[in-house]
Amino acid sequence: MSPFSGLTLGVVVSYLSLVVALPLAALVWQSTKSGSTGFWQSLTSPEAVSALELTLLASLAVALVNAVAGTVIAWVLVRDEFPGKGVVNALIDLPFALPTIVAGLTMLALYGPRSPVGIDVAYTRSAIVLALLFVTLPFVVRTVQPVLQELDHELEEAAESLGASNWQTFSRIVFPNLLPGILSGVALAFAKAVGEFGSIVIITGNIPFKTEVSSVYIFGQIESGNTSGAAAASVVLLAISFGVLLLIGALRFWATRHHA
Amino acid sequence: MPRLTRLLTLLATAFLVAIPTICASAAGKSANLTLVAYSTPKTSYDQIIPAFEATPAGSGVSFSTSYGASGTQAAAVVAGLKADVVNLSLAPDMAALVRAGIVSGSWSSKARNKYRGMVTHSLVVFAVRPGNPKKITTWDDLLKPGVDVITPNPFTSGGARWNVIAAYGAWRKAGATHKQAVAKLTKLFQHVSVQDTSARNALQTFLSGKGDVLLSYENEAYAAKKAGQSLQYRIPRRGILIENPVAVTKTTSSPAQANAFVNYLFTPKAQALFAENGYRPVVPSVFKKYASTFPTKKLKIFKITDGFLGGWATVQPQFFDPKTGIMAKIEAKVGGVTG
Amino acid sequence: MRRLTLRTVALGYLALILLGPLSIVFWRAFEHGFGPAWSAVTTPEAIHAFRLTIEIAAIAVPANTIFGVLCALLIVRHPFPGKGLLNALVDLPLALSPVVVGFSLFLLYGRTGWFGSWLSKHGVQVLFAMPSMILATAFVSIPFVVREVVPVLREIGTDQEQAAETLGASQWQVFRRVTFPAIRWAVAYGVVLTTARSLGEYGAVSVVSGRLGGQTETATLYVSDRYENFDIVGAYSASVVLALMAIVVLLTMNLLRPKEGVH
Repeated sequence: MSPFSGLTLGVVVSYLSLVVALPLAALVWQSTKSGSTGFWQSLTSPEAVSALELTLLASLAVALVNAVAGTVIAWVLVRDEFPGKGVVNALIDLPFALPTIVAGLTMLALYGPRSPVGIDVAYTRSAIVLALLFVTLPFVVRTVQPVLQELDHELEEAAESLGASNWQTFSRIVFPNLLPGILSGVALAFAKAVGEFGSIVIITGNIPFKTEVSSVYIFGQIESGNTSGAAAASVVLLAISFGVLLLIGALRFWATRHHA
Repeated sequence: MPRLTRLLTLLATAFLVAIPTICASAAGKSANLTLVAYSTPKTSYDQIIPAFEATPAGSGVSFSTSYGASGTQAAAVVAGLKADVVNLSLAPDMAALVRAGIVSGSWSSKARNKYRGMVTHSLVVFAVRPGNPKKITTWDDLLKPGVDVITPNPFTSGGARWNVIAAYGAWRKAGATHKQAVAKLTKLFQHVSVQDTSARNALQTFLSGKGDVLLSYENEAYAAKKAGQSLQYRIPRRGILIENPVAVTKTTSSPAQANAFVNYLFTPKAQALFAENGYRPVVPSVFKKYASTFPTKKLKIFKITDGFLGGWATVQPQFFDPKTGIMAKIEAKVGGVTG
Repeated sequence: MRRLTLRTVALGYLALILLGPLSIVFWRAFEHGFGPAWSAVTTPEAIHAFRLTIEIAAIAVPANTIFGVLCALLIVRHPFPGKGLLNALVDLPLALSPVVVGFSLFLLYGRTGWFGSWLSKHGVQVLFAMPSMILATAFVSIPFVVREVVPVLREIGTDQEQAAETLGASQWQVFRRVTFPAIRWAVAYGVVLTTARSLGEYGAVSVVSGRLGGQTETATLYVSDRYENFDIVGAYSASVVLALMAIVVLLTMNLLRPKEGVH
């Protein structure tokens, strides 16, 4: 390795260690501090399990809705033309740019007790889903758009000229090419939803076993000084995040092989 | 030099300059006291701190303040949040600081302080909608069908713990056995639709339109009403005397000023400011002056130290141990059934 | 016909999910007129909160940018054992809950944490002070520059760089004259994403901030503080400022977004 790249490696590794690796190591170590039985106890405490169930269910539901909605929106943005399309396209990124706490406040204002549209679902599970739909909006759209843009129209035109119906063209030609893009967007949306905090913490009522998601549960554990409980649940979320990343990596690999 | 490179160089320079500048600006002023308190006394301290700074003992003293749920703040101080003066909602949270070596074990001794370190009193009240449409006046009224109760989560909020023990104690004092009172407590939490992290948040939730009744500190409800918020409150006949502890930390770097501030909190002037914000003063002469604001007639107030409760040392683990406490079991039962 | 229905469905969904929240932020902020909203965001606490947010970003963003470019160079040009782990760690913040991020810092720098006792012995305040807030913000916004630069670096290949090197250019000259101009728009786009993430961070900083009014309250924490103190106008006015910042970021993102066939 050249001296430049050696130095680069040193700087990169040090920075990454300071910012990411060391804190995570401290987290993993903390969860082992109370021994495997202690860890298991915290992990399987009824409140933690309930929070995790709710988190996974809500995130899965949202990921699936996004799979469909995101693809439709990406399709409309790529294949359709209408006045104001540029504005709409730009607005897709709003949930990414807007702070989650502001999103949470607006959720409460829109869908809470003083809702101007008459929908009051604050402090219920529906509120969680609504908030999550907002923050995960960009993911599938932005992973599908580039694929759609690149897609060779010729294949579709050829299929149509051979008499394939719209649906056949879509399911046999377009969809398989979109699938890796959709799936990575879904995986990202899922991961974001599982860890989401700021937009949920105000609107959900935090009732243990009813409307408490894992991130809020962990926050509560930290706040009441129960570090082992917080650590155990955090490690679970960390493992889920890692798992999702691996999945996305595998999808990327599959996509490049598919393309070739 | 190409434009972007120039920009990057500028940024890098700014970055290198920013750090020492920021660190320098954080360097201390003469005496700076950090007050870490639970969520509700903020409005009181907004007035008391300037009043203190105007006194000879307080001249040259500046304040940093942090407010949050009592349990949260205690956990933060234990984790290293620097504090000179700590004012929490209830004694067990202070006990956590004693265990961590941050507050002296003698903080509540009579020798140190005539009032045993309790700087304010309050009561648990029922905050209801104007006109009290659901006619909630007693603890049993909370258990009526269709009544939606708001209370914070007892595991983070000190106020919530006062609520729980007030309810339990009131039912015991009315003749229920321990088992019956716990059963009623379970039923109460089946009526709870939101559990915010702090008393302040719970008030916010109630004012945003959720719930029929909020179990609140008297001073919170009083202050909200005074601020024109649309609620009224009823003091249940039986309830617990809420006592809020204050202490100077062992880790303070300005002990003279910190102690001066805490002493100031017990002077008639500061107590009057607390009273203006709805707290019941602990100093009898001040309490008398505000007798019209703070009814005592017909009220049967018990204390945490009463025999049947046994003090926080008994109550805290019995009710609020996160695994074996009565509240932990109630939360599981209540959530599990409908969840 | 199919096109119209699809368009209606898509736009309807977007209106429901996006426009509602955006409009209500403005509505609630200006409900009582422009005056109250303006005074709400010009209080000393508000100004301090926004200044703090910008200060934190002013450190986290350049640090992550420098790191990002170096890391991308490393990953694409100089593979080494353990590259996969590096990659995973860099991408992890995308998928990790901000509360877990804050908590891990809490564990590392807390009084009883790994560095805690050393730090308190030397009077250095990391947790509940600016350093931990910078670290938290840097943590959550680390991936963006790297992820934008890596594909571009891959795409442009090493031909030009190798040519420059054979002509006698030093490594730094190669970077400055050949590599960087090729990746600068990717870097710019990554910087915009990093900035957006840093300005909007809430979960991680709320764990490490200690809520010291006027000191460790960022703009996002200020919003939730105002809300908790019944200051609806204050909360929404500050939210409007953040929303306007977000819109500026949006526009910049869309201007800089890598378009197909641009390189």
